Amino acid sequence: MLIQPIKNFNKYRFLLQELVLRDVKLKYRRSVLGIFWSLLNPLLTMTVITIIFSQLFRFDVPNYHLYILTGIVLFSFHSEATTSAMNSILNNSGLIKKVYIPKYILVFAKTASSLVNLGFSVIAIFVILLFSDVKFTLINLMFPLPLLYLFIFATGIGLILSVYTVFFRDLAHLYTVGLTAWMYLTPIIYPIEIVPEKFHFIVKTINPLYYFLLCFREIILYSQPPSLQLHFSCLSIALFTFIVGLYVFFKNQDRFILHI
Amino acid sequence: MMMNGKDDYIIEVNHVSMCFNAAKEKVDNFKEYIIRLATRKLYFDEFWVLNEISFKVKYGEVLGIVGYNGAGKSTLLKIIAGVMKPSKGSVIRKGSMAPLIELGAGFDMDLSARENIYLNGAILGHSRKYISDKFEQIIDFSELHSFIDMPLKNYSSGMTARLGFAIATITEPDILIIDEILAVGDFKFQQKCHDKISSMLDNNTTVIIVSHSIDQIESLCTHAIWLENGDIKLMGDAKNICKQYRLS
Repeated sequence: MLIQPIKNFNKYRFLLQELVLRDVKLKYRRSVLGIFWSLLNPLLTMTVITIIFSQLFRFDVPNYHLYILTGIVLFSFHSEATTSAMNSILNNSGLIKKVYIPKYILVFAKTASSLVNLGFSVIAIFVILLFSDVKFTLINLMFPLPLLYLFIFATGIGLILSVYTVFFRDLAHLYTVGLTAWMYLTPIIYPIEIVPEKFHFIVKTINPLYYFLLCFREIILYSQPPSLQLHFSCLSIALFTFIVGLYVFFKNQDRFILHI
Repeated sequence: MMMNGKDDYIIEVNHVSMCFNAAKEKVDNFKEYIIRLATRKLYFDEFWVLNEISFKVKYGEVLGIVGYNGAGKSTLLKIIAGVMKPSKGSVIRKGSMAPLIELGAGFDMDLSARENIYLNGAILGHSRKYISDKFEQIIDFSELHSFIDMPLKNYSSGMTARLGFAIATITEPDILIIDEILAVGDFKFQQKCHDKISSMLDNNTTVIIVSHSIDQIESLCTHAIWLENGDIKLMGDAKNICKQYRLS
């Protein structure tokens, strides 16, 4: 039962590759700085936010600019990946109506293109890391792990969103609002300690992003390997979401064509 | 070509039915959904495009499908090509398939022809290496040598269609599915397309053609199906069907 989809994926993996290549090529094709924008964007956002917040609030966070940068980079990956994945089925309705392709490839292609952009942003993080007083250690090299967890998680969310957006277009607008709320629920610009103890559960139980971010920051900012328990939590959240996403997607994909 | 005794059907269409919602507008936002749910108008008229269609196609057969507009020809073709899943019934296909249903589906107008060849090839399920091998052949057939690095948005529609046809026909499939696409480009290129398809026919490829041109069906096909309002009205020898179709 599982062999057929795997064979099929193998046949269409080139499509995934071509779609990602196209997205990356086209994103900055007409801009002067091209792909460097992926590097510049988080850096400039970080600069703005650091200037504002280090004047407005005085959070007691060492290397505050790096704290913010890691938060921004991870959250913008999540937001970009899920939003573009959400629209991937609708935006490719022409294609889906005309030829057979495994439709989940379209969702994967979007999250994978965002992952490529994330790669550039991570370079930006390392550049800043060089100019800060955080000591560079081998532990820093564990950074792909939390990114991988987040990628699997975002793909799962993207699969679910892409399905329900086909049936209810309102979801696209709702999700934009939802993302804003989600951003403020995630300790991106503030440390978790400033949240009153009794509200910690909101951040920690209903917001899986907290764990991915925590894991990433421990590696990059504090140069300490995350506990096995944290790895396990991240991985199980990611895989659970991904499997639910695949299930929802495969259950509904044959009805897409009647609604797009 | 695979020939295995009495099991020599390459396509089997078993009791295929297809149902669309005949609603004037699709319910795709919450407000409308809730209103319709409350007023119990959510499940409205079902519209059966195809009813219990069954037929089998043998290796090397050339099957034409005729019928008036809205008879369900294109829907049937899309179901056979795997683009749509039927509401009921099943389709069994053996062997590789090249659908010439919509040429150049998934072309990206911002990319050059060169990039689009790889993209479109991947959509049809080919590997990058396979397309690289066939690249010259595609360019030669489409006669677009000097425009190969131009973005597709600067192409004329005829040029785009030529490129689409060239990519779609690089394989030597067991099954070829054609939907009204022989009207591609200028007269000279149409002739070229005809020759290409004829040469595929000579290679014992199984073909299914939908066309409004009854002459085309008569000259190319061995068998034919006449669809009317989602039912098979007549099925059998192409010459005979075409004769009756003309008389109607």
